[in-house]
Amino acid sequence: MSRVGVFICHCGENIAGTVDVAAVAKAALDMPGVVHAVDYKYMCSDPGQTMLKDAIVGKKLDGVVVAACSPRMHEPTFRRTAEEGGINAFQCEMANLREHCSWVHEKGEATTAKAIDLVRIQVEKTKRNHPLQPIRVPITKKALVLGGGIAGIQAALDIANTGSPVLLVEKSPSIGGHMSQLSETFPTLDCSQCILTPRMVEAARHPNITLYTYSELEKLDGFIGNFKATIRRKARKIDEKLCNGCGVCQQKCPVKKIPDEFNEGLSNRAAIYVPFPQAVPNKPVIDLANCTYYKNGKCKACEKLCPTKAIRFDQEDQIEVHDIGAVVLATGFKTMPTSNFSEYGYGKYKDVIDGMKFERLASASGPTGGAIKRPSDGKTPQTIVFIACAGSRDRLKGVPYCSKICCMYTAKHAMLYQHKVHGGQATVFYMDIRAAGKNYDEFVRRAVEEDGVKYVRGRVSRVYEDNGQLVVKGVDTLLDGEQVEIRADMVVLATAVQAQNDAEELAQRLHVSYDPYKFFAEAHPKLRPVETNTAGIFLAGTCQAPRDIPETVAQASGAAVKVAGLFSQPELTREPIIAVVDRQPPPVFSHCVGCFLCKSACPYQAIEEESIKNRNGDVLKVVAKVNPGLCQGCGTCVSTCRTKAIDLQGYSNEQVFAELMSI
Amino acid sequence: MAEQFEPKITAFVCNWCTYAGADLTGTSRIKYQSNVRVIRLPCTGRIDFMMVLKAFSRGSDGVIVSGCHPNDCHYTSGNYHARRRWMVFRDLCDFVGIDLERVTFSWVSAAEGAKWAELVNDTTNKVRALGPYKEIQQLAAVGID
Repeated sequence: MSRVGVFICHCGENIAGTVDVAAVAKAALDMPGVVHAVDYKYMCSDPGQTMLKDAIVGKKLDGVVVAACSPRMHEPTFRRTAEEGGINAFQCEMANLREHCSWVHEKGEATTAKAIDLVRIQVEKTKRNHPLQPIRVPITKKALVLGGGIAGIQAALDIANTGSPVLLVEKSPSIGGHMSQLSETFPTLDCSQCILTPRMVEAARHPNITLYTYSELEKLDGFIGNFKATIRRKARKIDEKLCNGCGVCQQKCPVKKIPDEFNEGLSNRAAIYVPFPQAVPNKPVIDLANCTYYKNGKCKACEKLCPTKAIRFDQEDQIEVHDIGAVVLATGFKTMPTSNFSEYGYGKYKDVIDGMKFERLASASGPTGGAIKRPSDGKTPQTIVFIACAGSRDRLKGVPYCSKICCMYTAKHAMLYQHKVHGGQATVFYMDIRAAGKNYDEFVRRAVEEDGVKYVRGRVSRVYEDNGQLVVKGVDTLLDGEQVEIRADMVVLATAVQAQNDAEELAQRLHVSYDPYKFFAEAHPKLRPVETNTAGIFLAGTCQAPRDIPETVAQASGAAVKVAGLFSQPELTREPIIAVVDRQPPPVFSHCVGCFLCKSACPYQAIEEESIKNRNGDVLKVVAKVNPGLCQGCGTCVSTCRTKAIDLQGYSNEQVFAELMSI
Repeated sequence: MAEQFEPKITAFVCNWCTYAGADLTGTSRIKYQSNVRVIRLPCTGRIDFMMVLKAFSRGSDGVIVSGCHPNDCHYTSGNYHARRRWMVFRDLCDFVGIDLERVTFSWVSAAEGAKWAELVNDTTNKVRALGPYKEIQQLAAVGID
């Protein structure tokens, strides 16, 4: 027979003001299995907890029900107290008399009757509780950082500096990401490469960081602390150990007319190429789609001319499997293609470009050496129009959210233009100026007040060509909706920030949730912004939402601390609320009949197949088995099981049906 | 005049959304009728619909099933399983003659404290109007002294 103790908390007046707590205690004493019931002013206070501990010892209790606030509030508190009293922590349950009763009902008999019912439900459950032990799981103290932009670099460096090894995986041939393409950065106008490249080199040289560029994550198995990452290292067709980055190959390569991705197609590159001069690693890669040798079997000019004989035409992709304890996703963003905007004439007009192209034009390392020249004829534009919110905050044709960075980079672009083209005029069409950030609004004001950028509040309806010149037709809503027409030499669209094309597919592979726009979802929008709902996978940067560099870096450091915190523990402990498949003596072995409906229902791939064999190794029965490391305890398998062979610890069928029997 | 019938309502809720939503109803001090008794489960996916039948046979006049909104499940997809099972269960109830008016399936998120109060009040009022679920209760009690 159980010896359950019931402890009813007054919570000051919060419960006792509405519920007749003495009556609840009296009723509890009459419940079968209850040997002790008291009410007290504050159960969570030190004397309250001591009272509970003393009663466990003095009354030889084997279970306790604390009827107080929500278990979401104080369950950990009272479970710890119960443990200190000498019983298993999971022999303690809470009846929610405050949030679910006293706070939501009027004072009266019905409310007290409900309180008694709530206590009885938990008493019946507690009588059927079993001692459970927290699950201990070892941790592999090595992190995988996916994405080598500023977010990934920062997260990798921060984790590496705490002493843990990091595998930094980047899909393109160099780390650096979008930030390496930028000219200057707001609001300080410091050169992007000047601040980024030292970080890139630091990441590559760090003794705790292993850098895998031109590599992709194929598969991630396992669970927090114990992931297995399968990584494809794509063949560069170069022996990286021999190559010294001299660059002869790209000079001698006969194929030279390939649009350069790094320069957003504003210049050309060879079929063997280093993406940009400051690339890390500074090793070329052969573009298989464009290399003459891979097209028609002839050429190999680079192989002949390479001074270190580093070219390897027979090199194959390599697949490696790494043990990983935590993952930081830093896979970044893309911008909405300008071809989306028929009203802005893209596709037809070479001089309507997006912000990224403008970055390359303004960059000292760009195709024009930092001079603003229009792509069509190389002339310096004397009038330039910037259109903000191209696709952002546009429910009909674009995305409903604000891309966050465009107001600032458009101000920066206009400012850079005014600095570089003296006598030129920049005009910005905008909806609102969202310049929230340290020194951000001051920066925009500077563009207007000191550099003379014209800001027109209104949308642009159309951009078209007239006699070889672009005409921007818009409206000025601050001038009572007056039509504005500007003849411009160049137009720059601040296109919306979007999730990467493969974000959804990657999220599904990693079992990470994502929002309707395919940005990865954080575990809690306010309190857990760098964690995902999948334990051990963290987020950094624009793969979660549009954000600027300072925010990205801060979030990357935040994610790194989460990883470091995880790695600082000797092992992991988890609540033992997991499903278990029953085991029976032979010849039954288990009530499980091996239908594996549970396996298809499990969101965590936690159900495995186990063969029960005799001494000769003959398979007698194949049954389900729950991997306690993977199981998160949702119980979906339990309700799927028709033979009731699988049950959830802490919410077992017996417990739930006993609760139902009590009301 | 006879005393007003007070129905017994059993609610099966998930820990992460609806239970937390009901907690919010409490912290927001939104009042609702006291007829409901909540059974807390980790996820709506854990709800074996045998539990609903059990609740009726034990004297519940109405049942509420509520969990996270689609796409918001703490366990990624438990609520989808619950929804699929509910569709089958609903047809089964209809077939064997369990009054579907007495079973309410809803989504209440952790932020929807007011919705929880509304759900409980609506269900309670509806079931109160329907009266006690004598048909099942009398059958379930046959042979029990």
